[in-house]
Amino acid sequence: MSERLPMVEGSRSGDATGRADTGSPGPDAGSPGSGMPEARSRASSLRLVSTLAVAGAVAGFFIVLVHLWSRPRIEAYQARVLGEAVQEVLGGPERTATFYLLDGAFTASPPPTADTAALDRVYVGWDADGGPVGIAAAAGEPGFQDVIRLIFGFDPGSGDVLGMKVLESKETPGLGDKIVKDSVFVAGFEDVAAPLVGVKAGQGTGGEDEVHMITGATISSQAVIDIINHRVAGLEDPLRRLWEAGLPAPAAVTRSGPVERPAPSAHGGTS
Amino acid sequence: MSPRTTTPSQDLLRGVWRENPVLVQLLGLCPALAVTNTVANALAMGLATFFVLLGSSLLVSSLKRLIPGEVRISAYILIIATFVTIADMVLAAVVPEIHKALGAFIALIVVNCMILGRQEAFASKRPVHRAALDAIGTGAGFMLALLLMGGIREVLGNGSFLGVPLFGDAFEPWIIMILPPGGFFTLGLLLLGLAGWEERKKVPVRPRSWPHGVTVQVRSGAVAEPVEADHG
Repeated sequence: MSERLPMVEGSRSGDATGRADTGSPGPDAGSPGSGMPEARSRASSLRLVSTLAVAGAVAGFFIVLVHLWSRPRIEAYQARVLGEAVQEVLGGPERTATFYLLDGAFTASPPPTADTAALDRVYVGWDADGGPVGIAAAAGEPGFQDVIRLIFGFDPGSGDVLGMKVLESKETPGLGDKIVKDSVFVAGFEDVAAPLVGVKAGQGTGGEDEVHMITGATISSQAVIDIINHRVAGLEDPLRRLWEAGLPAPAAVTRSGPVERPAPSAHGGTS
Repeated sequence: MSPRTTTPSQDLLRGVWRENPVLVQLLGLCPALAVTNTVANALAMGLATFFVLLGSSLLVSSLKRLIPGEVRISAYILIIATFVTIADMVLAAVVPEIHKALGAFIALIVVNCMILGRQEAFASKRPVHRAALDAIGTGAGFMLALLLMGGIREVLGNGSFLGVPLFGDAFEPWIIMILPPGGFFTLGLLLLGLAGWEERKKVPVRPRSWPHGVTVQVRSGAVAEPVEADHG
């Protein structure tokens, strides 16, 4: 079989680059090394370094060019995915706005000095009549394989979870990934009272806090439930204050902090 | 030993089948096993690798006079890594869903020994057009192998091809086929089938009854010839 593999080819003597001095196992490999290759290596070390430096600089330049081209597209995609997810878990609200958690309280308009990218946030949705429907919050915790990231809708007024959508998971294909693909399981998160309780198949008692777990994916199902429960518990106080204070008029909020809506993308081109 | 001379068409076709990187040379097995659970993933990985291989081969072949021999491997890796980074960002921008499914394996194209192997063994000492033909052939061979595996695994493991369901509800998917072991099963069976096919093509050596005291020395692929036994 080895005669098929053109990996090691003999004589490099015809090579115009003169790289016969790189220790190739050529016909003359056994001859005592002449002083020539070593002398050349020493003399050219500046050239070696400069070659790699120039190559690195050119490579970096092209990578930056492609990065500048691709970054807005990647960000637009992420914003669109998030916007669609917010719409989905809140049941299609008319308006949405981002609220940032600053010093234990939610605010729609953080001071310009605050680094909003680092702040925790929720997305508030309003229905057509201007009444708040609930909030959508993203969360992530380890599942069976890797971190499961999801977003869920929550109504702080009634304490109900409104819906759930997994944003990112590497759960086992065919088993754990049903937390994304099993529509019955996903629908089980609509209008259930928090904190959620996971029940195995056939063990439900009809309680309004029960979510039916997936047979064969108990750990992944439980992880999803835990993620939501932990997040709801963590946000409970600021959310209650936000809800009790009454939410600002949607129009004003929308002006001050529009959430990433599914922006009409000029580029499209997604699968 | 004189360097093998090949025709341009040999350069192109060799990598597709006779020296297929995955099925014959057994190179690049990491992506071949890891991301062939669906046809779409296999196709995206094949295309990304094809792009990286072609780009690197063209560049290495064009720059071979400028790259000092002592740092050639570093230079090749730098070139390959640049193309991989570009492919990674382009995939993330154009087909984000598939980019998410391929995960780290796009970045790992850098260490695909098939690509570095083609630079060192071929592109670095051949004219640009021959290097391009070789890269196209090898890249197509890689893609062919990935699609074969992806096709088998998706059809059996998910009952679909490119996401289109093939069977009715009565079909119970063989989930093992889209899990990692399924990759090994598929590759093993493909290699077994290929080896069996190669074996059948060879001239069969029929056992004969030689005169007493004569043993038969059989060399692989050669016609059997009688040799006088040494009873010394």
